[in-house]
Amino acid sequence: MKKTLGLASVVVACASLASAEAVAPTDVTYEEGAVTTSLSGTPGNPENGAKLMDKGVGNCIACHEVSALSHLAFQGNVGPSLDGAADRWSEAELRGLVANAKMTFEGTMMPSFYRTEGFIRPGNGYTGKPVEGDVQPLLSAQDVEDVVSFLMTLKD
Amino acid sequence: MAQPILSQKTSPSAERRASREESVIKLASKSASYIALAAATVLAGAAMADPDEDQLVINGEIEIVTETKAPAHVENFDTIYSGWRFRSDETQAFEIDDFDNPGMLGVEAALDVWATAEGSEGKSCADCHGEPDEMAGARAVYPKWNEEAGEVRTLEMQVNDCRETRMGAEAWKYNARGMTDMVALLSSVSRGMPMNVAIDGPAQSTWEKGKEIYYTRYGQLELSCANCHEDNYGNMIRADHLSQGQTNGFPTYRLKNTKLNSVHDRFKGCIRDTRAHTYAPGSPEFVALELYVASRGNGLSVEGPSVRN
Repeated sequence: MKKTLGLASVVVACASLASAEAVAPTDVTYEEGAVTTSLSGTPGNPENGAKLMDKGVGNCIACHEVSALSHLAFQGNVGPSLDGAADRWSEAELRGLVANAKMTFEGTMMPSFYRTEGFIRPGNGYTGKPVEGDVQPLLSAQDVEDVVSFLMTLKD
Repeated sequence: MAQPILSQKTSPSAERRASREESVIKLASKSASYIALAAATVLAGAAMADPDEDQLVINGEIEIVTETKAPAHVENFDTIYSGWRFRSDETQAFEIDDFDNPGMLGVEAALDVWATAEGSEGKSCADCHGEPDEMAGARAVYPKWNEEAGEVRTLEMQVNDCRETRMGAEAWKYNARGMTDMVALLSSVSRGMPMNVAIDGPAQSTWEKGKEIYYTRYGQLELSCANCHEDNYGNMIRADHLSQGQTNGFPTYRLKNTKLNSVHDRFKGCIRDTRAHTYAPGSPEFVALELYVASRGNGLSVEGPSVRN
């Protein structure tokens, strides 16, 4: 019993250590656009990733079609379809694309979802007013991991 | 089929080239357009929705040019389209008869104001200008350089100059309802006339500034006007069918907020939606941007007050 508890607390300690050591947006290392290391240190949750594809600041399907999410109406076509994304890209490449696609496609229209610097007239959300304090990334480190884990399920 | 796009890096110029190639596809003759559409569908992974083929005649008499050759100074378009061509048949129908156009209620309100004396001089608009019809053509050439003031002025600025200088009345707030109604009245009497703003001579530096703003990627989403309205018109962002962002239809009655919207209101909304700190309606930045965007529509008919979603 003691041993089990001990293990559990070790697991908890590791998890909190990992989240405490999430890679900051300014510290992400890109290698030809790809990001090898997990941003949060915690494996992604594809189910939450699927939700982020639709809602809030993720809203990936505003621009990308995803057949696996065909129950969601009004999928955009500004960007390429994400069907089969996991066949074309590695996890590290997908992580880099979600975090900052401009490191892979120079000049792409796609917003950078895990970046906090270099913006022109950054606003306070969608208020039209100037940002107060530091810019927060559009997605958290764990959000990025969750989206990437969902994208990794998109195989032809 | 989508793999080639996804698996190679593209530079901005390559993207623009691709966009131009896409434009060429868009311009393919009608008989070939089904093939082009099929190709584009495979490339984009989703159905394209180009401007439709509908034609607009208002009240059975005012012919509106909703498609024409792009002016030479518009580098990346061959053809320009009114936003009307990107709307659903239901939305388009509102504009075919003034009795169905909710924007005409603003025009009617402004007609009363036009004839009402105000300010220390006890004058109305009508005292100097006569009937509103006398102003036909004004909307088509604004924003316009004002030699005396040494600046490019929008219609709103000119209206307020009249109010303050000639009428001795208080200036209206730039995007106040009464102001937008008055601009709608001035637009309505120019309907059918081609947009024709001057961009050379003393207006050129303002136009250049507007162009720079048009291509600046604002906010945390880093989106420029061009990202949506030049590179992606005809495509969908979620449920929004992207137009070329032309201003010939302003002021615009939007079904979304059920009121007339000024050009600067729309600019503000667009920039806000990039998660940016916007400029203010009436600001020098928006005046410059209005001149530049209006110039991209030179040749399209004045259409305001239009109806959009």
